[in-house]
Amino acid sequence: MSERIIDAIPTVEPSAAVKQLEQHLSSTPRTLWGDAWRRFMRHRLALIGSVTLIFFFFAVYLGPLFYRVDPEALDFNALLSSPSLQHPFGTDDLGRDVLARCLYGGRISLAVGVMAMLIAISLGTVIGSVAGFFGGKTDQLLMRVVDLFLALPVLPLLLLTVYLFRVPVVKAFGPVFGIFLIVVTMIGVLAWMTTARIVRATFLSLKEKEFVEAARCVGIGRSSIMFGHILPNALSPIIVAATLEVGNAIITESTLSFLGVGFPPDTPTWGRLVTDGINYLQTAPWLALIPGALIFLTVLSINFMGDGLRDALDPRSRL
Amino acid sequence: MSQYILRRCLLAIPTLLVISFVLFAILALAPGDPMSQFALNPSVTAEVRENMKRALGLDQPWPIRYVKWLTAAAQGNLGYSFAAKIPVLTLIQQRIPQTLWVVGSAFLLALLVAIPIGVISAVKQYSVFDQIGTFFSFIGFSVPSFFTGLLLILIFAVKLGWFPIVYSSTLKVENWATFWQQVRQMALPVTVLLIQQTAALTRFTRSAMLDNIPMDYVRTARSKGLADHTVVIRHVLSNSLIPVVTLIALGIPAIFGGAIVTENLFRVNGIGALLITSINNSDTPVVMAITFIFAVLTVLFNLVADIVYGVLDPRVRYS
Repeated sequence: MSERIIDAIPTVEPSAAVKQLEQHLSSTPRTLWGDAWRRFMRHRLALIGSVTLIFFFFAVYLGPLFYRVDPEALDFNALLSSPSLQHPFGTDDLGRDVLARCLYGGRISLAVGVMAMLIAISLGTVIGSVAGFFGGKTDQLLMRVVDLFLALPVLPLLLLTVYLFRVPVVKAFGPVFGIFLIVVTMIGVLAWMTTARIVRATFLSLKEKEFVEAARCVGIGRSSIMFGHILPNALSPIIVAATLEVGNAIITESTLSFLGVGFPPDTPTWGRLVTDGINYLQTAPWLALIPGALIFLTVLSINFMGDGLRDALDPRSRL
Repeated sequence: MSQYILRRCLLAIPTLLVISFVLFAILALAPGDPMSQFALNPSVTAEVRENMKRALGLDQPWPIRYVKWLTAAAQGNLGYSFAAKIPVLTLIQQRIPQTLWVVGSAFLLALLVAIPIGVISAVKQYSVFDQIGTFFSFIGFSVPSFFTGLLLILIFAVKLGWFPIVYSSTLKVENWATFWQQVRQMALPVTVLLIQQTAALTRFTRSAMLDNIPMDYVRTARSKGLADHTVVIRHVLSNSLIPVVTLIALGIPAIFGGAIVTENLFRVNGIGALLITSINNSDTPVVMAITFIFAVLTVLFNLVADIVYGVLDPRVRYS
């Protein structure tokens, strides 16, 4: 019966305006992440930043497969030669190719950034969730710990711990990996507080909401409510904080290397390369400037990306 | 109000106690023997070394040493420097004015530059001025301070020769000529810190202003017929500065971190430079004292910020 009525409706050619509207209709529904993606793509600087960052990651991890120059190969015929076709970033005081060293060093610098971020974010998420969910005494205690960590002199403390503990750690894990472990752990341990505060605030505002009550009613366990139901709501600010933390960690690591308390001298992290280049600032400025510019560009890209993510993930800016 | 100030001060004391305990524990538990510098000296036998240890009180367990250090420190005695052979306090008193001068003037200049930029950026959101300001502030907090320093040295000291490369600490300001010399040698280190600080402060001011501009009280002020600049400065700005005060206080550790870098780059003989030399000399009493002083300064500025916050926003006094 109903089919016949539909059949009876004469097919009308849609007008031009309707056709135009149809072009904008997509068959798939709009989703939270789809919206965020669209907003992110509209943020020009964030887009440029992400592309640069992806390029750096590929260059650093896959570049050495194509640019087959040994970062440790000495060439006494080309000491401190300025950038040329043969050595695109020039050579250092021992004739080593700076591009090869920058590519190798970038692996360490980026890895430090990402690992330190993971430590800081996981610590901050767990502490913030516990403080916000349980409230009361636990919350007060944990927030005092946050205040305490915020008052710690970060850079002196980093200098101190890396300097004091490097001998046994290096003995146990090897020179590069050992220093990597201390630097990453210490940067992470001194940087979780912002995330903890963000996560706690989300928990405080959501834990009395109906959906949490509903989850409790159907008998879902506490940890599952915390991490499966409430935490996903804090995901956007956590992602933003995580992005920015990578940049901070890279700057901190390079500062440590600059002050002479980072990776061993023959390990070419970007910060280390800058430090080694300072002695030749007048004769061969590219030695310090190129790795310095790489740090700067990486961190700048990360910060632009973080800004774009903040705009994209903020529900208040939803169109 | 006085009760609020008292409560804040009382909260600062346990914070400092815990921080000093953590610092002391790190120094005490770190592997390595403070007497190791004598290990290769044939005229110092193992027995003499033991005696020296006992004379310095290093044979006692570290919690006891901490209590002793704490009681002495409370009376203003921070111990003797191993390297300089003078009381740590005298050493620090010699060094701290340079640090505070450089950090302080950078900070004041940053406030003078950042607040107007932040205000204009917020009032004319998305204008060309705002976009340029935003872009530069991103550059400002993406660039590691040692890299800004290197660039400034290369451009203004090496190429143009406008400013000295190295800070001369023997200079005494007696007349206009030496005053001018002092200004010139402070210019580059101050600029490095200024760039770092201005970037963050501009962002804080801008976003705090943007939070306040759509408020009802602003509309009320405008509908009363107040002039535009009165509304912006008297009403919006004074309310926006409240959160900025806290953010400034949270940024204090970063400023001192930056001071460590600039002092080492420009050879300013402040306490940041002293910290690095002391770490490299294993001069434990000085290291302990300086890291603790950084912590004290941080807690102190946080306290000031809390009190200022209480004055500006009466609501926090009663929470």
